[in-house]
Amino acid sequence: MISSMQTSRWNAILIPVLAVILGLIVGGLLMLLMGYNPIVGYSSVFQGIFGNMYFMGETLRAVTPLIFAGLAVAFAFRTGLFNIGVEGQFIIGQLAAAWVGAFWTLPTGLHAAVAILVAMIASGLYGGFAGWLKARLGVHEVITTIMLNYVALFAANWTIRTYLIGASERSKDILPSASLQAQWLSDLFEGARINWGLLLALIFALVCYWLLMKTTTGYELRAVGFNPHAAEYAGMNVSKNIFLSMLISGALAGIGGATDVLGVNGNMAISAGFTGIGFDGIAVALIGNNNPFGVIFGALLFGGLSFGADNMQRVEGIPTESIQIVISMVIYFVAAASVVNWLLGKFRRRQGVSQK
Amino acid sequence: MNAKKVMGLAVTSVMAASLVAGCGTSNNKADNNTQGGTTGGKKMTIAMVTDVGGIHDNSFNQSANEGLDRASKDLGIEKKVAESKRAEDYTPNLNSFVKGGNTDLTWGIGFLMADDIKKVALANPNSKLAIIDSDLSGDIPKNVEAVTFNENEGSFLMGVLAAKMSKTHKVGFVGGVKFALIEKFEYGFKAGVKAVDPTAQVTAVYADAFDKPDKGKLLASQLYQQGDDIIFHAAGATGDGVFAEAKERGAGYWVIGVDRDQYDLAPKNTLSSMVKRVDNAVYDVAKDLQAGKFEGGTVRTFSLKDGGVDYAPTTKNNTPQDVITLMDDYKKKIIDGSIKVPATADEFNNFK
Repeated sequence: MISSMQTSRWNAILIPVLAVILGLIVGGLLMLLMGYNPIVGYSSVFQGIFGNMYFMGETLRAVTPLIFAGLAVAFAFRTGLFNIGVEGQFIIGQLAAAWVGAFWTLPTGLHAAVAILVAMIASGLYGGFAGWLKARLGVHEVITTIMLNYVALFAANWTIRTYLIGASERSKDILPSASLQAQWLSDLFEGARINWGLLLALIFALVCYWLLMKTTTGYELRAVGFNPHAAEYAGMNVSKNIFLSMLISGALAGIGGATDVLGVNGNMAISAGFTGIGFDGIAVALIGNNNPFGVIFGALLFGGLSFGADNMQRVEGIPTESIQIVISMVIYFVAAASVVNWLLGKFRRRQGVSQK
Repeated sequence: MNAKKVMGLAVTSVMAASLVAGCGTSNNKADNNTQGGTTGGKKMTIAMVTDVGGIHDNSFNQSANEGLDRASKDLGIEKKVAESKRAEDYTPNLNSFVKGGNTDLTWGIGFLMADDIKKVALANPNSKLAIIDSDLSGDIPKNVEAVTFNENEGSFLMGVLAAKMSKTHKVGFVGGVKFALIEKFEYGFKAGVKAVDPTAQVTAVYADAFDKPDKGKLLASQLYQQGDDIIFHAAGATGDGVFAEAKERGAGYWVIGVDRDQYDLAPKNTLSSMVKRVDNAVYDVAKDLQAGKFEGGTVRTFSLKDGGVDYAPTTKNNTPQDVITLMDDYKKKIIDGSIKVPATADEFNNFK
């Protein structure tokens, strides 16, 4: 007999995996309805991810910011906060890194570190502001963070246009000393823009896990998430923890933005719309069950499918919308974990019966 | 029926169905091969990478796609498309066509791709690339053909039209994002107005988005409210909102469309559209390429002279003939060089 503790841990892994399989099946059916062959479609997605070193490197490049965004969402969620503002905090991080990277002069390496640090602080404060509004004035974080996304987008556009402008509607290129790219790494992946950001993402996933699970601060943050009233009764400062959680969440998003500028583009473009990374982060956190390691898995899955799907259109002419549907179905099945749970329960019970 | 059976059924039905579909697609492919025209035995392949707008953007991506469709029908080229979801996808999308080696020409649609095109072109000197709406700051690799349009010239004619038709002597401009490219529309338009009616007032506003019709509608409403009776937009899908607002207000509120003939969006409220024939440019380059001609390292500019920009043929539906005649007069003057249309704020301030 499996203990219920073990079952729930096992389910945490099994449910996303099952959701992926169910998502792929439903997506395949939809491709059929649209008149495309799902086997051809999925194999070109597979080629688009693992086909050659270049695609693998670019997939990892696409996954990197998603890990940060996923961590940011998951971290706030553990304190019971729904940080929809990761998008805006990501943009603030990009902006801060673009500024420090292009306009400060520092030695190689240190420059990149300082740029990331400044991005962390800026985005942390930006996220923390929403946390403060919630803690002090009781304004719901969903409302404030959504609005702050727009503030970040338009403020960033204005700042680039007014102060940071370089060639063709983007900020001045960062100095080589601030770059997170490594020539040998890029050469290894046939010129893909994979960079040190990936390593940072993995390190910060570990840091998040440690912070949440192994420290008193993390314990308090989670306690507030489980039940703020009980946490307060136990003598914890709920307001402080809400602020702190949003601060850290924002900082994580900011590093993501910084690595995007310092590692991939080398500048920040004036943008007509959101990057979408912050919003994808919500899905990544959901797939990852708000666990830092789960987030890595979620980002690999989400980023991989999303990036590989482009190959489907390039090679077979299948619209990428179909893979968006697959991803949506995966998210749907994860969100509707109870459905999967119920299916699993039925399955297990039947097995139990037949064993007797 | 229990869960296990349902799952089993689902899996088998997918597999069975995909077998059927497999046959279907392979048949289609065979058909294509027999139909498609071939030149010298080998079919030419032209690929295009859209910017984040995608091929249904009602604007230049869509237009480029139409041009390639026409090329594949008339010239028998094979077309491949990649729609970019975000700016980071430009390079991998371009690279996968270029490095695949089966593509004769790869288009990057939109100036946002300028850096990516340049980098990919330099890393793959044996491939051919082309870009719409950018001269790559004048530094064009040998294997890239840059295509630009004199949008300011077409916009000038719209300014002439607006100044002539406005009853309130106040007209408006709604831009997408304040990029240098969109400013070409703004200052061309302003210059056209100034040339005809120096006292007329032009209000230019920007939506900071190409994909927000609601914002376009709001801005249009503000402009109409302050007495503007004609609005020229250069805002992609944001401009759809301008049409919606004019339609709601009814007669006397006019819109001038952009990029393609937008008359059908509001037939009673559309004066004209400043058409930009990205499709023609894409088609022409394909035709040249098939004839063995490729103007790498240069900028090819489409203007009023060659019909690369112009007013839409539907202009006559709501515009009196004398105004169209006046537009044609200015058109001649622009073509023969006696009017030089400004493209930037500085040039506009020095205009006449």
